[in-house]
Amino acid sequence: MNAWANIRTIMKRELSGYFTSPIAYVFLVIFLLLTGFFTFTIGNFFERGEASLVSFFTWHPWLYLFLVPAVGMRLWSEERRLGTMELLLTMPITSWQAIVGKFLASWLFLALALGLTFPVVITVNYFGDPDNGVIFSGYVGSLMLAGSYLAVSCMTSALTRNQVISFILSVMICLFLILAGYTPVTDLLTRFASPVVVDVIAAFSVMTHFEGFQRGVLDTRDVVFFASVIGFMLFTTGVIIRNQRAG
Amino acid sequence: MINVEHLVKAFGPKLAVNDVSFSVERGEVLGFLGPNGAGKSTTMRMITGYYPPTSGRILVGGHDMVENPIAAKRLIGYLPENAPGYADMTVNGFLNFCAELRGLQGDARKRAVYRAVELCFLEGVLYQSIDTLSKGYKHRTCLAQSLIHDPEVLILDEPTDGLDPNQKHEVRGLIKRLGENKVVIFSTHILEEVEAACSRVIIIDRGRIVASGTPAELKARSPEGKLDEVFRAITLPDTVKHDANHEVRA
Repeated sequence: MNAWANIRTIMKRELSGYFTSPIAYVFLVIFLLLTGFFTFTIGNFFERGEASLVSFFTWHPWLYLFLVPAVGMRLWSEERRLGTMELLLTMPITSWQAIVGKFLASWLFLALALGLTFPVVITVNYFGDPDNGVIFSGYVGSLMLAGSYLAVSCMTSALTRNQVISFILSVMICLFLILAGYTPVTDLLTRFASPVVVDVIAAFSVMTHFEGFQRGVLDTRDVVFFASVIGFMLFTTGVIIRNQRAG
Repeated sequence: MINVEHLVKAFGPKLAVNDVSFSVERGEVLGFLGPNGAGKSTTMRMITGYYPPTSGRILVGGHDMVENPIAAKRLIGYLPENAPGYADMTVNGFLNFCAELRGLQGDARKRAVYRAVELCFLEGVLYQSIDTLSKGYKHRTCLAQSLIHDPEVLILDEPTDGLDPNQKHEVRGLIKRLGENKVVIFSTHILEEVEAACSRVIIIDRGRIVASGTPAELKARSPEGKLDEVFRAITLPDTVKHDANHEVRA
């Protein structure tokens, strides 16, 4: 199909863009070092004495908070800075094909980074007898989480030609998405607000929906939540890009 | 081939383009002349579908740019101002990317890239990344991109900007050659360029068309037959204060 061919072309260019610059390698090394450090040193992987990857996945919302915006911040701001946006959007493609293509390329890159953590799966299987179904659903949840943050970064990068502003805005929005359902914050909120209000606020949080995946529960509602965050943010990106040109 | 009717573009309260109408047929090279900030680039960005017009209509080969943008964009090759390109890509990678977006695949794509490279003399820098290119080469790379699908309509925003005299001469020759069986619209603020390459000229000032005709017709308006005198007589310099509705009729 024509639309898919255009999306694939954009994806291919974007993905190779990561690997022709040092970004990809710096990111992969730092991501793997940090996941290792958090899992084994801070998460006490060995001392816990259980065959699970809880200490691995628990840190992902916080790790992604800084690393995913670093991947996504250039998506559109770079196009604006270089002026290639004008080139791209006067090609015979629709702007949503460009948006989806760019998003999928970065998501695929994050999936690759996540895939390279396979040694922890091997380690835990070597030392114990974990439930690999739970590990699988943990990975799915982690990927959905990364996709949601990435869609936020995609939106903020469309707002500005400055990558630093794009990064900071994105971190702030993602931080909100975490804190709205972070247990210490919800505990605090229950002192002021009724439980219903707290539940509504917490329902907007990625934490609430991420936890299910870590328990090995692939709940449709959680998948729908992440998918709608991604969909909404990409739609907003499209609106921003259109409005900028409308003057 | 291109019909532009009562085109208006407003940025906030400011009218960048104010009621511009013209049409261009195959075999014509239309030069857009005007001082900096006159609305040349904005007009071109609307014709290429980058900016949606505030009001007015653009038809490219019978396709309305607002209602049927994909069909209209297929017919156009566009060189934006400042010749942008992806800094981290090689010239070859960039041209292949653009060819793919134009729907060219396999052998057809290879041939198209080869043709554009030959036309713009890029053989020597084919595997160099775009951010290492000199301004002239960067410009020609972007020009090659606009020619890659052998479009029927070429829209070039200041195609000779930043080129040395030899390259300028080459590009003017190329425009003239391509203009024989295509539609070419290009903008410039260099007057000699207009005489060298255009079959028709439109002079734009402060968003309006203030004069239009063949280079010879325009020249005839000045007693000495010089184009730059005509240009100065009908466009206002930046330094002159004006009110927004000021109209200049040549």
